This record gives sequence, C-alpha cells and structure tokens, in this order.
Amino acid sequence: MGTAATRRHVRSGLSILALIVVFVLLWEGYKLIWAALGWEWPVRPDDRTMPHTWDIFLTLFQPAQRNGPLFIFVEGKAALLTLREAFVGFVVGGAIGFGLGVLFVRSRTAERAFMPYVVASQTVPILAIAPMVVVWGGRLDVPQWLTVSVIAAYLTFFPVAINTLRGLRSTPTNALELMRSYAGKPRETLWKLQVPTAMPYIFTALKVSAAASVIGAIVGELPAGFRGGLGRDLLQYSQQFTAAPEKLFAAVLIAGLAGMFFVGLVTLVEHRWAGRNGLRSYPREGTAG
Amino acid sequence: MTERDEVIGESGVTDVFAAFEEDLPGGPSNQRGVIVRYLPAVVAFAVVILLWEGLTRLFGVETFVLPKPSEVMTSFLETAGVIWGAGFRTLIEAVGGFVIGVTLAVITSLAAARWVGFREGVLPLAIAANATPIVALAPIFNNWFSITSPFSKMAVVAVVVYFPVMINTTRGLLEVEPGEIELMRSMAASPTEVTRMVRIPNALPYFFASLKVASALSIIAAIVAEYFGGPQDVLGQYIINRANLFQFPDAWAAILVASILGVVFYLLVLGAERLVMPWHVSFRSTE
Amino acid sequence: MTEAVVEARGVGKVFGSGPDQTEALRGIDLDISSGDFVSLIGPSGCGKSTLLRIIGDLVGPTTGDIAVNGKTPDRARLDRDYGIVFQSATLLDWRTVQKNVELPLEIMDFPADVRPVRAAEMLELVQLGGFAGHFPWQLSGGMQQRVAIARALAFKPSLLLMDEPFGALDEMTRELMQQEVLRIWEETGTSVIFVTHSIPEAVFLSTKVVVMSPRPGRISEEIVIDLPRLRTQDTREDQRYFELITEVREALRREESGVADDRA
Repeated sequence: MGTAATRRHVRSGLSILALIVVFVLLWEGYKLIWAALGWEWPVRPDDRTMPHTWDIFLTLFQPAQRNGPLFIFVEGKAALLTLREAFVGFVVGGAIGFGLGVLFVRSRTAERAFMPYVVASQTVPILAIAPMVVVWGGRLDVPQWLTVSVIAAYLTFFPVAINTLRGLRSTPTNALELMRSYAGKPRETLWKLQVPTAMPYIFTALKVSAAASVIGAIVGELPAGFRGGLGRDLLQYSQQFTAAPEKLFAAVLIAGLAGMFFVGLVTLVEHRWAGRNGLRSYPREGTAG
Repeated sequence: MTERDEVIGESGVTDVFAAFEEDLPGGPSNQRGVIVRYLPAVVAFAVVILLWEGLTRLFGVETFVLPKPSEVMTSFLETAGVIWGAGFRTLIEAVGGFVIGVTLAVITSLAAARWVGFREGVLPLAIAANATPIVALAPIFNNWFSITSPFSKMAVVAVVVYFPVMINTTRGLLEVEPGEIELMRSMAASPTEVTRMVRIPNALPYFFASLKVASALSIIAAIVAEYFGGPQDVLGQYIINRANLFQFPDAWAAILVASILGVVFYLLVLGAERLVMPWHVSFRSTE
Repeated sequence: MTEAVVEARGVGKVFGSGPDQTEALRGIDLDISSGDFVSLIGPSGCGKSTLLRIIGDLVGPTTGDIAVNGKTPDRARLDRDYGIVFQSATLLDWRTVQKNVELPLEIMDFPADVRPVRAAEMLELVQLGGFAGHFPWQLSGGMQQRVAIARALAFKPSLLLMDEPFGALDEMTRELMQQEVLRIWEETGTSVIFVTHSIPEAVFLSTKVVVMSPRPGRISEEIVIDLPRLRTQDTREDQRYFELITEVREALRREESGVADDRA
C-alpha cells in the first residue's frame, strides 16, 4: 500500500468526518431555527422528538437498562446476531445463485427449463412476507435464526444468479474464439476466462444482496418471541420513545452501521480481488491503448 | 449489455424487470410471439397449482404446514372486502411515498448534475445510505409523524425510493457522450440548455429503470413499515395478525393482493415509460 | 517440395436460412504452402475473415473441402496446429503479461516448470522481455498486440492466423509492427495467413496476396509478390513495391467496377 492509497484513505476518512459534522450542524440548526421561530412542521424541534445529537451519541456509552451493560455493547451484540443470520443466508444464497448462473450458461436447456421459475420466485415479495414466514417456521418448530437465514438466502440467490449469468455471457467473442482455438476442455474456458470476466458483475450483485440480507434479517426478527436481534430491539425502543427517545435513535444508528459494515466487508473483498488481479479501476473499462 | 438495465437498487427486483423486459416485444406484431413464449411457463404454473392442491389433499397436509391453493382462493374471495380495503390504504402509503421520494430525487439529481460540489458531497452519501437498512427509520417516523397517520409510512417509502432514483437519475444526467457536450459548447449553449436538450433526454432511460425498481419497492416498503406498528386496517398489519393466529390462507390472500398491486403499479410505470420514450423501448427490442 | 498447409476446394459458406441468408463465401479454391506469408485482402463483406475462421475451425463451411496440414480443420485445431491473433489483443485483464502468454500452455497441459521458461522465450522474441510482470492495461496497443503474438506462438504452431491485427494501431506503430512480424516469421519459419484492409501492408508483408471480392465472397485474383524475402524500411521506397501496390489496387478496382457492371 503506497502513499497514494494512504492519501486516498485519509481523504475518505476526512470526507466521512465532514459529512458527520454537516449532519450535526443541519440537525442542531433545524432545532435552533425552528424553535426560535415556533414552527412545528414537518418535525417538532423539541428535545423529546429530536434529541440533541450529542445526547444520542452519549446514550451509546450509558447502560441500556438500569445497571446493565453499556448500550453500545447490548446493541452491538444484537447487531452481531442479526448480521450472523444475514451472513449465513447470504453465503448460501450466493453459492446457489452462482451455481445457477454457471449451470445456465453451460446448458441452454437447463436455462429454458428453470429460468422462468427463478424469475417467478422473485414475484413473491419475500421482504413483505418475512414476518409471516418466521411465524410459519416457528409453527413448524424451525429455529427462528434458520428461518431468517433462509429469507436472506432467498433475497441473495436471485441477483447473484442473474448477474453471474450476465457476467459469464459478457465475455467478448474474440476471447471465446481464442479459447476454442486452444481446443481445451469447456471447463477451462469457464474458469480461466468466463468466471474472472463475470467477477465485477457478481460483486455488484453481492453488494446489493448484502444490504438486502440485513434488511431481511431485521424484518424477520419483528414477530413476537424473537429475542436479541436488532428488529425486536428497534420495536422495544420505539415503545419506550416517550421516556427515552435517544435510545431509539442510537439503536437506528447502530442498525445503519451494521448494514454499512456488511456491505463494506463485501466491498473490501472486492477490492482485494481486484488488486490481486491487476485491475486498477472498478468497474473495468477494458484494456488501455 | 446495456448499462441502463443495471439499476443500483435493492434486492433482485431490478433484475426481474430486466429479465422480463428482455422478452418484451417492440410492438403489436410480436404479441403472438410473446404468448407462445410464455405459454409453457403458464402451463407449468397451472400444473404446479394442481399438483400442490392434489398432493396436500392426498397426504392430508395440515393447513399450517402448507395451505392449499383452494383455501387461499376461498379466503381471497371471502375476505375480498377487507383485504382490498387494506390494500387500498397500503397503496396510498406506497404511492404517496413514491411521489414524494421521486420528486425529491429528481430535484436533487438536477442539482447534483449542475453543481459539482453538491454532487461530490451528496452522491457518496447516497450510495452509502443505500447500503443501510432504511426500514430501521420506520420506528422513528412512527414517533415523529404519529403512528396512526399514513404519512409515517409514506415517509419510509419516500426515503427508500429516494436513493435508487436519485443515484440512477444522476448517473443518467452525467453519463453523456463527451462529444455531445462539446457540440453544445461549440454552439455556445447555456448550462440550462445543455441540461434540457442533452442531459435530460439521456437520463430518461435510467430514470424510468429506477422508477420501475421504485414502484416494486414502494409496496414492499409500505408493508414493511406497517410491521413496525400502526392502524390495523392495512396489509402489513393484516398479514402479521393473521399469521400470528396461524390463519395462513388469509395471510396469503392478502399477499396476493399485495403482489397484484405491485404488478399494476409496475405496469403503470411501464406505460408511462412507453408514452414518454417510445423510441427507446422499440430500440431495445431489436437487441 | 514444400507441403501444403492449406488446401481448399470449392469452399462456400452461407449464413442464416430462408430469405435472410447471406452467402459469405462461394467457390473458394486456395493453396498455401509451408513457409508462405499469404494476405487476404478485399473490401468489407468479401468474406476474408470468414475464410480465416473456416481455416481455424471457428466456423464450419457449408460446402467444399478444406485441408489444413493435410487434416480436417477440426483435427488441426484439436492438434493445436495454429495460433490466432485478432484485431483486439484479447488479453485477459486479470493476468500479468507472462501469465497471458502461458494461457495456451496451461490449457495444453505443458508441464508447470516448462511454462514460465517458454513464456519468457516468447516475450524475448517479441522484444518485451522486461514486461513479464506488467498487466495489460499498463501497455500500449502495440505492445499488447506483441503479447498476443507471443501468446499465439507460445506452443510453436506451424501456422499463424492473423485477423487485421494492426487495424487498431496508428500508422507509425503499424509499420513497426509489420517489421516485427516479418522478423518473427523469419526466425520461426511459421506459415502466416494474414487478413487486412491495407494494400501497402499486404504487399509489404506477403509472399502472395489473395484479392477477394464481395457478394458473394470469392477469390478474384492471386498476386505473387516477388520482392526479396528480406524486407526493410527501404523496401517501402522500392520501385517494384509501388508497382505491386498498383497491381493489387487495380485488381480490387476491377472487381469493384465488375460488380457495378453486373448491377447496371
């Protein structure tokens, strides 16, 4: 990692800091101006409805419940639980999606037979029915974390399958002719040419799916009886809003960070792969010259 | 591969449309082709339904394990008044949020295309925000805008819709051939003229692609927002209430309503797209 | 007695069927001997790229017989008798230059210890020895094409197929690359079939120029290039060089006006 990369990292770090400062200024500014002018629309500027940003931040380092562990630890644990479910589903769904993509590119018959079902699977709005699926799973004595993971897998496999297929098919004709001229096994063309070509597409799908998996996990945790995940905690703090509004905001902050963390992780893997494979910019723009 | 079909959006919704639209014909002459192409899928679907019904009856599968299609249909017809009423209220939340979100997104996009400083600040933020579980804002909005008001759900929908539409419309406004910009410059066109005559037409495909994603997301976001609490006569609450009582056929009937609403909304956007950009859609069918 | 590398008799190719079909090639009779450098030249639609691909078994002929190295094209391909270079270098972006050259060796199951040695040897041949660790995007267009040539020759085929390899390069680089190809041809003794749009390029490089005409694609003339084997930049100013260019140009013109007469 040279100085150019470090400079880039410092620059992003500073931009993030700047964004946080701007957000705090806007928030507190809104409160000040609206309170001074006595306005109440769209949101009331009082401390009950809009706690001060520093109060929200400080809440992270106070006990979540009387004499209990710190908020940041409690919600951090909840976030990890949610992320774990999302991750399991994400990995399984990603593997299935990739497998389907490879299958469809190798066998036109398989594609024609199964693609309609793959597409149709997404007409079921799984996010919208996630809580119902969890209740259903519970009735069938399936552990809740498993049902939630299945939901995450369902959300992941489709974009990964479609993008894998698109990416595998996007290899230039000349490259395919080249491989044909080498008279190798079809497997070699797949792994040496088509899969590396497809990686940018696959990573795009993975990033979208990572975000979706986290959402799916949170929504899946909403039905009653689930303990310890972000979903239920958000509901709980929502009910405690009149007493302690900062807690809800702090919990939402942690949920947001959890999502960003997961997508960030995938992005990191993507950059490592790109770095090791000589690609200097993403998405690829083709060879220079 | 056209970049335009690659919408930065949520879950696989984008790609369902791309997959579906790759099959869409350019005009009336191809309609027979479409029917022929989809016939096997339709037949397969009918077979699946029949098998499902048959096998669940045969093995005496309990409703709570897997409801029979006939039970879902019965519920669908019997509770029609309730579920469509709930559907209507949810639809209002979805459409309201959609309109707000899209409007804000368009305004922000135009600003981002025009002023580099604004863009450099807002665009990365939008992309990062897209990675966060926006539905987590639902409890906040419930408290801010009164949990019983549809506006609290509309706000969630608006935020969910805002980001993909804004990101993609900005891309569309900016990713113009440099040659076209140079041409406009050579004719001493003002920035407004450049925006109006080159950038906006260029952005329309991106815009509509993101609208299609947003239309599907709206219904889903509205339902998910409803799960965080509120009046009972909306789809989300109905579904979860029925599910908690293990009345799954009722829940599925409501989900059917949600799917139908989603498809209708999508087709409306599709219709709007064809109206505004007849040249583009027919261009795509020749690929 | 030099052996025939390519023997084509009555080769034809029709694409598509029904009213939409196009006859890309008709009645192609062609002989190419070992050690030849043969250029296929003609306007767009004359089928020269198609003919090259038929020789390489990337496309099958509809009619006629063709033998490559005395075998059927697919046998020749399975025996790895030829290497191919396209207009775009088609290097794999995610592999270094060296790994790109090693690609065919991997697929052809060359032993792992032989591959880097051979790759290095080929890179020396195209004078890119110091760039083994670079990635394609770090090289200019001309350099990328040289890597593509090194790759095509890595497994030492007896035949090299080139489809307008210098079409995307600027004129100066092009002339340098032409010199390079001739040098490599001398050093390796490979037979070359070269598709091009450029008359001077065809004359400068070849032992024989095959003029083709379109609609349907066919061979209209074969012009033997009797310039000395050793060609240099001085050859480009040679009297005979210009005469031959004119000959080829007139052959192309004849076909053009011939087609015009047919339509009149």
